[in-house]
Amino acid sequence: MVSSVALYFVLPAIVLAVVTTFVRLLLGPSLPDRVVALDLMTTLGIGVIVAYALGMDEPIFVDIAIVVALISFLGTIAFAYYVQKRVQQ
Amino acid sequence: MTFLDTLLEVISLLLLITGTIFVLISAVGVVRMPDLYLRMSASTKSSTLGLGLVLLGAALYFRHDFGIASRLVAIVVFLLLTAPVAAHLMGRAAYHTGVPLWEKSIHDDLKGKYNPEDDTLDSFTDTLPKVFLEES
Repeated sequence: MVSSVALYFVLPAIVLAVVTTFVRLLLGPSLPDRVVALDLMTTLGIGVIVAYALGMDEPIFVDIAIVVALISFLGTIAFAYYVQKRVQQ
Repeated sequence: MTFLDTLLEVISLLLLITGTIFVLISAVGVVRMPDLYLRMSASTKSSTLGLGLVLLGAALYFRHDFGIASRLVAIVVFLLLTAPVAAHLMGRAAYHTGVPLWEKSIHDDLKGKYNPEDDTLDSFTDTLPKVFLEES
């Protein structure tokens, strides 16, 4: 029951959320808008991985979700640093 | 399947569905909000809550495998720790580079307190005595 809900409701809904966020990535008037959209997309990627792990009953994928969470945080920090330094020069 | 197993499975389903709805709301908020700061508010808070609920539901489903469940809870803790930090840094960088507020925003606490030349902020304690002097 949980597996089929994860595969047929949670996974499509999170993918729909990623597509919706991608609209902001394309529209975003300024660079920080795009960075926020990209940050949300990587955060939702964790959800996609966990929903797939639930649906396929493959708990080993959760390890990948940990790595994605770490990399996404580092990426946002680097982007914030870059945005701030870019205007100062 | 015992009663407890059924109960935990229902709770896991409820957490998964509630979390998915919050994630969808956060994605809609990122597209529909009028301003970077409001968008950031939607994306940070709502997506952290939604993803936390989804991960806790998954942890309940994988409850027989303690390693996996504890990894999922560790991801939730990590998200709760890092999402505010990342949003704060991004909002600070955006404010310092002059991303405008929504024209209907009614309050800006940092207005006039940011010095672009040396990249510093006047703090609350710096301005407090001046305000008192002007009023008295």
